[in-house]
Amino acid sequence: MKELLSGMHEAVMDGEDDDAARLAAAWLEAGHPPMQAVEEGLTPALREAGELFEEGEFFLPELVTAARAVQAATAVLRPALIEAGGGASRGRVVLGTVHGDIHEIGKSLVGMMLVAAGFEVVDLGVDVPVARFVETAREVDADLVGASALLTTTMSIQGDLVRAMREAGLRAKVLVGGAPTDQAWADGIEADGWAGSAAAAVELARELVA
Amino acid sequence: MSGLRPTLEVLARDDVERIVGQACAVLRETGFAVENGEARGLLAEAGAEVRGDRVYASEALIRAAVAGAPARVTLWDRDGENPVDLAGRAVHFDPGSAALNILDAETRRWRRPTLEDCARFARVAGDCRHMALQSTSMIPGDVPEVLGDRVRLLICLLHGRKAVATGTFSKDAFAVMKDLLVAVRGGEQALRQRPLAIFDCCPTPPLKWSDLTCQSLIDCARSGIPATLISMPLGGATAPVSLREMVVQHCAESLSGVLIHQLAGPGAPIIWGGAPSVFDMRHGTTPLAAVETAMVNVGNAQVGRHLGLPTHGYLGLSDAKVVDHQAGWETAQGLITAALAGINLVAGPGMLGFVGCQSPEKLLLDDQAAGAALRMIEGISGRSADQATGLLADVVEQGDFLGHKHTRRTFRKELLIPRRLVDRAPEPAWRAAGALDGWEAARAEVERILAKPPAAPLEEGLAGELRAIVLADAERLGVELELG
Repeated sequence: MKELLSGMHEAVMDGEDDDAARLAAAWLEAGHPPMQAVEEGLTPALREAGELFEEGEFFLPELVTAARAVQAATAVLRPALIEAGGGASRGRVVLGTVHGDIHEIGKSLVGMMLVAAGFEVVDLGVDVPVARFVETAREVDADLVGASALLTTTMSIQGDLVRAMREAGLRAKVLVGGAPTDQAWADGIEADGWAGSAAAAVELARELVA
Repeated sequence: MSGLRPTLEVLARDDVERIVGQACAVLRETGFAVENGEARGLLAEAGAEVRGDRVYASEALIRAAVAGAPARVTLWDRDGENPVDLAGRAVHFDPGSAALNILDAETRRWRRPTLEDCARFARVAGDCRHMALQSTSMIPGDVPEVLGDRVRLLICLLHGRKAVATGTFSKDAFAVMKDLLVAVRGGEQALRQRPLAIFDCCPTPPLKWSDLTCQSLIDCARSGIPATLISMPLGGATAPVSLREMVVQHCAESLSGVLIHQLAGPGAPIIWGGAPSVFDMRHGTTPLAAVETAMVNVGNAQVGRHLGLPTHGYLGLSDAKVVDHQAGWETAQGLITAALAGINLVAGPGMLGFVGCQSPEKLLLDDQAAGAALRMIEGISGRSADQATGLLADVVEQGDFLGHKHTRRTFRKELLIPRRLVDRAPEPAWRAAGALDGWEAARAEVERILAKPPAAPLEEGLAGELRAIVLADAERLGVELELG
């Protein structure tokens, strides 16, 4: 059991999604509780990868491949997790880059990290109109809406989104991010939260749905 | 499949041999001055014509000396490890040596450095990833002047692990400095086998070898400690202003140095180096960071490589007085030029104001530029050549390369990852982190390095032995020395 857990840990740290999925399958075959693999194998590894990133030891490719490995293992574990009653998601997040902006990577990285952390993510992609954020949040009964903007010319749309969500009377909290934004900007447009990195976005999401 | 290494040359290939021929003609017909009697004796014995202080050497004699000098010089760190090979087109950097001043981090003004400054500098140099060597970078102002050369070597050995570029200020310093090196290595033979330091030997332009530098050449040759020839023609002042003729003069001065050196110690290691400079016609200063200075350095290195000797140049520094825009672009221009030229040892980082002032903060910044220069000459590798079409097909399917295994496996080889003081953060993150400019970021980084426990303290027994060598010398000279 310990070997499988440390193997999963290693697969995540090395960004080896195939290994992570194979070890997750072996874990289930051995009859171990699926939640334990998440709690003692995958989540600590992803946290460690995030910490190494913050410390400057890990870089984006290592972080992304680590998140992908967690996703691959989680996909294998999911049916068993649901069966065991432990498969409930942490929360539902609608994610996208705002209208007029086609920067994908930061937003996708946040999405991947959220999925790996146990959130359900609906990724609307890039160049997403405000109305589409609002409609989707209503449809899926989202807990959080995350809007990315990488241009000073498009960041104002994050403010439009906050207003539109309030006007629609939806309960979802709005998170904003992207290179030109900061906490003061988020406060100014009355967003519910801002994060400066993907790892910080995951922590923020955890706090906001707790 | 290997990539192309980008290179830079400033002299036509067939002109290099002509330059050597012209330099030999100068040494035969005009001759060179040698103030040291022992050196004149060696030259006369070998068949050179000696008239008073002046020596006239035949081309055959010079060519034989060059042919006998080794093509490779290898230096080893304090532990006898991490060899640094000076040969072919290998490129290594080391901080500029022997500044009289330090740029004070608080006041941003020049001042005389203290022993403590020298120790701090040695620790910062040790932390610089792209500095292969350390150097006796500053002359401490708080020790008696007569002891300056040996004390600065002592400080390097006490606080740094890397091999040292150094030199003497007086004839009697060599023996003491050699004693320090022998003590570290544990024996003369061990030092000969694994040299720990190189000594700069500077002829006086035009075409003169002072008593001191001759002695240094002879001492180096006999003890197997590599000597670096630092010819310093000043274009328009002590050398012709035309760059090609500066190279000829440099070549003649260096060839005469090789001759003296090889006569004193046949086969002893010697480096074809230099610190040429054009002359600033407004201020009468020696802009070591001028583009023409860089070009002459590249030409010198071409000549040295043609002669089959390891090469050196004083490049990768600035004539600005503080760490500003000029300091950055001049230094980077020199470092990249030197790297492209394949100069084996490039001295200069950290330096400001015609090598008048050192700065540990600038050294850290320059180290980043040195890394970029080294990355440049790695060229574009062919390591992914077979995968190109497959990789591009993959990205269409996967959406991005950030999470691709090829990226994870390869990015650390392809991309130089700079220290955090190189600002690549988004503007809000930069602002949130204090909105530091390069100078301020470097100051913080220096403090961070110095706050860590020393990375390379010398074992206390040996450290005591080295201190005792220098203290005994101070006593011999009848001067008081406080080593702190």
